[in-house]
Amino acid sequence: MHMADALLSPAVGGTMLAVTAGLTAYSARKLKESPDESRIPLMGVLGAFIFAAQMINFSIPATGSSGHLGGGMILAILLGPYAAFLVLASVLVVQALFFADGGILALGCNIFNMAFFPCFVAYPFIYRKIVGDSPSRKKILLGAILSAVAGLQLGAFSVVLETVASGISELPFRTFLLLMQPIHLAIGIVEGIVTGAVVTFVWKARPEVLESAAQNTPLPGVSLRKVLAGLAVAAIFTGGALSWFASTYPDGLEWSMAKTAGTEELEAPAERVHTALAALQEKLAFLPDYGFRPSPAGKDSQPEVAAAGENEGKWPAVDPATTVSGLVGGALTLTLAGGLGILLRGAVSRRK
Amino acid sequence: MPTSGCRLDENPGFFSRGGVDPRAKVFVTFAFLLVVTSFGKYEISRLTPLFLYPVSITAVSCVPVAKLLRRVLVALPFVLFVGLFNPLFDRQILFKAWGLSISGGWISFVSITFRSLLAVAAAVVLAMTTPFDRLCLGLEKMGVPRVLVTQLQFLYRYLSLLQEEAVRMVRAHALRARGNRPKIRVSSAASMIGFLLLRSLDRATRIYRSMLVRGFDGEVRLMKPLRFAWSRDGIFVAFWTLYFLTVRFVDVPGRLFGWVLGR
Repeated sequence: MHMADALLSPAVGGTMLAVTAGLTAYSARKLKESPDESRIPLMGVLGAFIFAAQMINFSIPATGSSGHLGGGMILAILLGPYAAFLVLASVLVVQALFFADGGILALGCNIFNMAFFPCFVAYPFIYRKIVGDSPSRKKILLGAILSAVAGLQLGAFSVVLETVASGISELPFRTFLLLMQPIHLAIGIVEGIVTGAVVTFVWKARPEVLESAAQNTPLPGVSLRKVLAGLAVAAIFTGGALSWFASTYPDGLEWSMAKTAGTEELEAPAERVHTALAALQEKLAFLPDYGFRPSPAGKDSQPEVAAAGENEGKWPAVDPATTVSGLVGGALTLTLAGGLGILLRGAVSRRK
Repeated sequence: MPTSGCRLDENPGFFSRGGVDPRAKVFVTFAFLLVVTSFGKYEISRLTPLFLYPVSITAVSCVPVAKLLRRVLVALPFVLFVGLFNPLFDRQILFKAWGLSISGGWISFVSITFRSLLAVAAAVVLAMTTPFDRLCLGLEKMGVPRVLVTQLQFLYRYLSLLQEEAVRMVRAHALRARGNRPKIRVSSAASMIGFLLLRSLDRATRIYRSMLVRGFDGEVRLMKPLRFAWSRDGIFVAFWTLYFLTVRFVDVPGRLFGWVLGR
């Protein structure tokens, strides 16, 4: 379920980074308020435990395939939402840096999809509600399955939204949704069963571990709602600012506007701020002098149009010359970059 | 590739002495990723100048090329899987050359592949050229909450330790189970993970006690504090930012083509 940088737009990646930064700061502050400092090394070792547990591959009954634990719900149950969120965030950072799972720009998305939902939605509103203060085997199992399924469904849905909003992948919303949700329903059930079994095991062997976790973590009440409201405002603001930057480049947004509205830009009210911004945008605007420039006439022009004069300014632009210049220029640049690399390395090793 | 004289373990900074400040590297990495992702989905050739960044850093810092390539390739399959839907859904012919019609989907697919190579290479280069403790300190100085930074440091230290423990458990299971390639059932997996968890908790308690005895106060300190040197780090940031902006706003491969052909 890791999002990759390659499928992300700067606006979506930046917005989600801002949201995640807010959640991280909030969790860190909440954790500072609780006096139990011994949880800091506990958190570190549990983060490493998640990696280790993922090496235990088990066979999934009736499928012939095998899977491993995701671990989000186990951490939330053992550590409570705030500590678990930070541990999962650190796990995802290490995965992005050292295991090439997800990307650095996509970290915001990945932390949100895989840590926020289990820690701040599934754990407090499903698991704790079901298990309460008097755990039993059945309650733990039911709570674990339902919360794992809910967490993964929400996460998968979020992946679909982020991917479609980025507009790099062509997967239509519905198709992608139909691909993601059922798969993650199955994964969620298996994850829930294993989580429930592990938690039951710990509860039987060392009940005090679970009790201390439950005591340390009061259910998030009004404060969470406030934080969510703040986050929403921050998201809208950064999203707006970033997508304004993004839309100075005439791809994604304007193109879809041209498709639906028939004009490349909506009629703008002549306000002073807006005109000032528009002027700035005009200056910043980057107009590709070759390549696949979308234009309002795009939908009507057919690829069969071959005469060079006719498809001036039309899209798709059928211009072998620009294609050749793109291909050859790209190859030249790559060769140059590679050559520079070899030269540099030669120079460095000679100097030593 | 000659790797003699490159001390990756001791001092894997970008340059021979001291190494570039991790804050500068993190900033440049984000700038790089923003530029990579900001190109339209049909852009291919204009992404190519960006390869200079990972290539030159790899060259200067003596990162083993084979290791870097392996990490970059590991990340490809998932992206290619999602990217392969593009040729299926986007069949509009974008251009014809030499009797070959190429649809937008294939072009965006190639573009996604390039993006993935660039983004993963940037992450791997950052991770391989920066000692993790210095990276963490840099992140803290950049405003990442201390508890998350400490968490990262602990996680990094115990990663291989606990993974080895898990590998031992899997091996022990394999030796006791029947068959050539015994599979772990869900019930066995649950108790194995449970035991691993209990052992990890015990280990955490032992570690914490011994750290308290040695005067741990919640902060992991570095022997060598970070120093942002403008003559080195400032130039590093300025150079790459300028380069990325140039690549973003000037069609370098197109110019290069025109210049070589004298057009």
